[in-house]
Amino acid sequence: MGRRGLRALGILTLAVSAASALASLIVSPPDAQQGDLVRLMYVHVPSAWVAYLAFTVVFVCSVAYLRSGRTRWDRLAAASAEVGVLFTALTIVVGSIWAKPVWGTWWSWDPRLTTTAILFLIYVGYLTVRRLAETPGRRARWSAVIGIVGFVDVPIVHLSVRWWRSLHQPPARLIGVPDLAPSMGLALVLGLVAFTLIFVYLVALRLRVARMEERAFHEALATAMYPDRGEVVRHG
Amino acid sequence: MTLFPAARAVAIKDLTVEIRARRAVGAAAPFVGTVLVSFGLALGPGRTLLHQVAPGVLWLSVLFASVLTVRHGWAAEMEDDAVEAFVLAGMDDASVFLGKAAALTIELLALEIFTVLLTSLLFDRSFLGQPLLLLAALILGTIGLSVVGSLFGLVASSPRAGDGSLPLLLLPLASPVLLAGVQATGYAIAGQPGRAGPWLGLLSAFDLTFLAVGIVVFEHLLEER
Repeated sequence: MGRRGLRALGILTLAVSAASALASLIVSPPDAQQGDLVRLMYVHVPSAWVAYLAFTVVFVCSVAYLRSGRTRWDRLAAASAEVGVLFTALTIVVGSIWAKPVWGTWWSWDPRLTTTAILFLIYVGYLTVRRLAETPGRRARWSAVIGIVGFVDVPIVHLSVRWWRSLHQPPARLIGVPDLAPSMGLALVLGLVAFTLIFVYLVALRLRVARMEERAFHEALATAMYPDRGEVVRHG
Repeated sequence: MTLFPAARAVAIKDLTVEIRARRAVGAAAPFVGTVLVSFGLALGPGRTLLHQVAPGVLWLSVLFASVLTVRHGWAAEMEDDAVEAFVLAGMDDASVFLGKAAALTIELLALEIFTVLLTSLLFDRSFLGQPLLLLAALILGTIGLSVVGSLFGLVASSPRAGDGSLPLLLLPLASPVLLAGVQATGYAIAGQPGRAGPWLGLLSAFDLTFLAVGIVVFEHLLEER
């Protein structure tokens, strides 16, 4: 995506985000039971959606990288993982803020909450390993393996946590997905679209930065290896 | 060499090294002792609480010790670039993975016999309710830990990785093993085989999934380009 395309995408993202804020804060009514707290749903649900979308992208790109060995897949996986970790953290924080007034506690070992927390830790591990490898090729291969293994682990983690909870007490009450008034449904859909656009925009931005980093690295390397040619380029 | 004979050769090599040098289990056993005494100090000495937490403490000790054991197992390969020999030996990369995982399973099981005895002693809790069930839980859980550990031990033994990177990868990924292992062990002790069944099933599913994934992806961890 060129610079112009990125800017257009940014403007679109901003516009839809503004519409989403308008719909979720002003147009949609407060909930009969939860009052204004229900508005957290318009952030919480979309950010959880983006988190899972991002890690799915990491998985697909990791498989594609291991099959093809093309660096672009690795760059896309890395960008998507970074944004995914960000939105997983946002999901947990907003969920906590919501849980405090509704459940009376910041944290409950609810299956979805616990799975999301473990998911967060797995992909923090993914990002850590990206910093450990000595060569770009090794970094790409190692992180692709973690991107695959981590993703395959998620359903097993979720199942085990669900069984674990159902043993000790009935599954936690769903934070009511209340009877959605049409304007609430609209706010939710707008939130989902806005957050998906934010995800695409951030990934595109991150990819651009990664490409620039790579170019700067190669230019510095070329200058170091062939100082004469570097001079020519600089003066020419 | 075909897959399984090569895997057996790798496993026997690892176990021979362990029997001669006692680096992995030898270092982990005193560590398990320290962990168990520390848990006792932190949670004790009320007997009811100690009884309740014994299965959890047992599995946490095993999980922590597995981090040490995995590290030692791979550290030996990294010294003098012995790992290059695997690449040059011309055998299937999957057999390195299977052999490493098998050796690790046996080492950890040896360590677990010691851990069960010590937990039973220090926490005053008999583990003999359903010995076969307990054994099944230990074996299935250990295979899961070894499989994930063998995959990422290589990554964590890279020169730049500190001590923190392996637990950071291993503990979240192996969280189903911790949960299912603790539950199955609890029910085995309490003599409730019916309730332990699903957890053993979950452990088996975990093992099979990551064995399959590991066989497919391990070559990408090992290869040098």
